[in-house]
Amino acid sequence: MPTIAIARIELLIARRNMWVFTSLILMGLFSSVLTLAGGAPTGTLGIDPLLIATTSITTLSVYLIPLIGLLLSFDAIAGEAERGTLALSLTYPLSRGEILLGKFLAHLIVLGFAVAVGLALTAGLTIWKYGSADLNYLPLLKLFATSLALGAAFLGIGYLISALAKQTGVASGIVIIVWLICVVLYDLGLLGALVADGGGTFTKTIFPWLLVANPADAFRLINMPTDTVSTLATGLGAAGQASGFGPQLASLLLWPILALSLAWAAFRRVEP
Amino acid sequence: MTVLGIENVSKSYGDVHSVRDVSLNLGEGERVALLGHNGAGKTTLMRMVLGLTPLTSGKISVLGMPPGSRKARTAIGFLPESVAFHGALTGREQLHHFARLKGVKRSVADDLLERVGLTHAMNRKIRTYSKGMRQRIGLAQALLGQPRLALLDEPTSGLDPISRHEFYDIVDDLSKGGTAVLLSSHALTELESRTDRIAIMSKGHLLANDSLSALREAARLPIQVSVKATPETADDVAAKLGGTRVNGASVSLEVQQEGKVSLLGQITGLGELVKDIDVTPASLEELYRHYSVPKQEGK
Repeated sequence: MPTIAIARIELLIARRNMWVFTSLILMGLFSSVLTLAGGAPTGTLGIDPLLIATTSITTLSVYLIPLIGLLLSFDAIAGEAERGTLALSLTYPLSRGEILLGKFLAHLIVLGFAVAVGLALTAGLTIWKYGSADLNYLPLLKLFATSLALGAAFLGIGYLISALAKQTGVASGIVIIVWLICVVLYDLGLLGALVADGGGTFTKTIFPWLLVANPADAFRLINMPTDTVSTLATGLGAAGQASGFGPQLASLLLWPILALSLAWAAFRRVEP
Repeated sequence: MTVLGIENVSKSYGDVHSVRDVSLNLGEGERVALLGHNGAGKTTLMRMVLGLTPLTSGKISVLGMPPGSRKARTAIGFLPESVAFHGALTGREQLHHFARLKGVKRSVADDLLERVGLTHAMNRKIRTYSKGMRQRIGLAQALLGQPRLALLDEPTSGLDPISRHEFYDIVDDLSKGGTAVLLSSHALTELESRTDRIAIMSKGHLLANDSLSALREAARLPIQVSVKATPETADDVAAKLGGTRVNGASVSLEVQQEGKVSLLGQITGLGELVKDIDVTPASLEELYRHYSVPKQEGK
């Protein structure tokens, strides 16, 4: 099974290159800090402390998960083409789709592992601080599943950039720009448009769809509780809930498929 | 049976014609050396056989299958020029990975590591390897799964003379096992006794494709005969044989194949005057120059 062989060697390389370690430290550290620091107001507000923690972590994950996804993937095709290892791999009896899928599996496992450890720390610390009574673990599971989907989307985007750029240096520059656009500039642009529109038709009809079209925003919306807490986190969240759960889920599921398909199409045109 | 069939294959990138109308066949167990300058089209030809580069025109078949097809790729072992691997892996991990891709047992990979003399370094990271050691890993992966066709692009670059010798022993074994071997090289002298056929490429054209002796015959390059006498007798010998005196005590002669035996008779007829004789047929270098240079100038 060539896909499994590729995934296996990529996991080994990710371990050697400290990628597993780095993403683990990143997610673990931030999750712990946010859980401990974010827990301060819960006693008085009387909200599930786990809910507070997941909300903080969601806000952070919107930035971190796309970043880790892009960093894991930008070198995948361009780097191999540049080093000359791709040409040799392609003389073996396996298709480019199998190579891409194998790399994707490995990188998703690295990402999933980091997120899982971070969330396990969150759960552990919350139980340690508040006891295990009255905790609702559903938001935690939802956060994990949607993190995987968000990560998968940005892995796919990273492969696409890697295949199109053909040079690692160029690819690394582009992924940083793409990251900035998706997690910062896109929202700023929408905010600007909202302000300019002043609550007109754009705010009510187009805006919710534009917001949910960005996988990072869809991820944020889907993990933000609709009641009191949402206003704590972001002004965009409250207005964006208009699109509803269905489109948010669809955005998170369709983006990985779309990005990976485009990456595959671009990869097929790479002459090693 | 024909393992590799190349028929009237051309490849051009816009106005640049890398390969022009090349036809070449390899049968089971045949060892063919592909010679040519840098940019002569050797690597492009190999890449087309591997299915990495599409053909502009012509036809290539590997055991009757189109290049790049899964079956064709399973049948081929390839050693690229300046082979590269992921430096973070050990030699053993890298070779096991390739074994998995080819569906070969990992014990076979371990045997090959021993065959290419890398067992002592197999658990070290490839980034610590010398160029020669990387070349050996490259050779080992090309041998995985007993390929029916081995394509070796500049296989001996970076190898020391002893390693080169061992390399050709491996090629001989491959050929005895029925594998067709197509290898390109710059180091011409080592090819003389180690290949069945020589194919010479220049500027995309295939200029010659025959056994070494047949190429020699067709080229009609003279055989160099050097007769050693003494400083006193050298002029005498030169006069009798019709050669030119060199280095004070030697006489140099040129003769065609058919005149060789009678000339040797003449020399031995001189008896005591002759101290030593050297007979040198045209080297592969001379042949290569003969076949590749004049036709280039004619274009």
